[in-house]
Amino acid sequence: MYGSGYIPGLDYTKLNNSIAQEDPQKLAEFEAKIENGDKIEPHDWMPQQYRKQLIRLIEQHAHSEIMGALPEGTWITRAPTLKRKLALIAKVQDEIGHAQLLYAAAETLGKPREAMINDLLSGKSKYSNVFNYPAETWADITVIGFLIDAAAIVNQLLNSKGSYGPYSRALKRICAEESFHLKQGYEGFVYLATGSPKQRKMLQDAVNRWWPPIMHFFGPPNKTSVHSEKLMKWKVKMASNDEMRNRFLDQYVPKVWELGITLPDPNLRKNEETGRWEYTEPDWEEFFRVIKGDGPCNKERIAVRQWAVEKGRWVRQALFNPSAKYSLPVA
Amino acid sequence: MKSLDPRVNRLDLENTADAEVVQPNQCWEAFEVFVQQKQGGQHIHEGSLHAADYDMALVFAKEQFGRRGRIFNIWVVKSSHVYALAQNSEDMFANNREKKYRNSNGFKVSDKITQFKQEQKKLSE
Repeated sequence: MYGSGYIPGLDYTKLNNSIAQEDPQKLAEFEAKIENGDKIEPHDWMPQQYRKQLIRLIEQHAHSEIMGALPEGTWITRAPTLKRKLALIAKVQDEIGHAQLLYAAAETLGKPREAMINDLLSGKSKYSNVFNYPAETWADITVIGFLIDAAAIVNQLLNSKGSYGPYSRALKRICAEESFHLKQGYEGFVYLATGSPKQRKMLQDAVNRWWPPIMHFFGPPNKTSVHSEKLMKWKVKMASNDEMRNRFLDQYVPKVWELGITLPDPNLRKNEETGRWEYTEPDWEEFFRVIKGDGPCNKERIAVRQWAVEKGRWVRQALFNPSAKYSLPVA
Repeated sequence: MKSLDPRVNRLDLENTADAEVVQPNQCWEAFEVFVQQKQGGQHIHEGSLHAADYDMALVFAKEQFGRRGRIFNIWVVKSSHVYALAQNSEDMFANNREKKYRNSNGFKVSDKITQFKQEQKKLSE
């Protein structure tokens, strides 16, 4: 039975990342359930490592949604038409809404939302690296809306088939809205690509600048490890980083090329024999450097979040009800 | 720090103190949201949110779960007020899967009637 706090005694900070101490019979039942395609629900038994990895994954995803709104918001005040402005505002609101859905899903695993926000601000939790890059022109917004959202859909459609019920359900709702984001981004992209020479030049410049972060999006090639195999078996990770990158290239590179827009990698091509895409490995050192905080916009992104929490403090305090008890969402 | 976003440049980030570390007990409560999509339809559970009170929960629920298309009504319920079975309450659901006697397909008469008619026919011959 559960009301609030149906994970009694759970301390999310002390989750063990090894399965050595788990009850082998419960672990076998848990794995059989996943093998059978059943979902794991918040109050079901799960290994600590599963809980820990899912919290990390869903929390990072939630943070990415709110941080992603920042580069895109850059151009709300200067969108070229009323239609583009309305669509961009709607999209940015959706991203914040997605963060809310994802924080709720992560909370069902026992980590309070307040703790997740604290960890984002302190730098302890990460978010998608692409959002540490600046949106220099309006064309950047169309590249983000089209290609970054397309990459996110590839990832999220796969993850929506994952084993954790609340995350899977949140992603189904999110994917439906992301398809609007992709469509509106693609339309803006096509309008620039088929527009004046100046518009085409602006778009080509934005594509050139965003290509390395886009290639970074799915992360470095996976070294097969016992750890990653287990996450695949538990349906926490649904495909390798390279597999996802390949799916993305396969679906979207032709859509860029058919508009006469080039991609800044002379080695990019599909190997028709293997069906795989070949490309120059992006600069992974840059990727790790930016994750560690040394990207063009990391400081600004975190500072804006700091501002929002600090300036919202009096509102939270005014509304704070001292008798309110922390409660987890139920599903 | 000069931003490309004019809104960010207005924030005076340099002179803003670091945010306080929000404690888990400095929270708003969680609410479950039920949305009626069609007039006369059922209220269906759509998700949850955090709010300071019921009225705020309704406003947030409309933004979060009703910002596309027409919806007709919303209920919000404190998550802590939901009382439910554990997901794996096998004992509760294990017994008595055979419930044909509760359904219309558990009752058949056509064989009886056919047989009866055949017997009547034989008697009359």
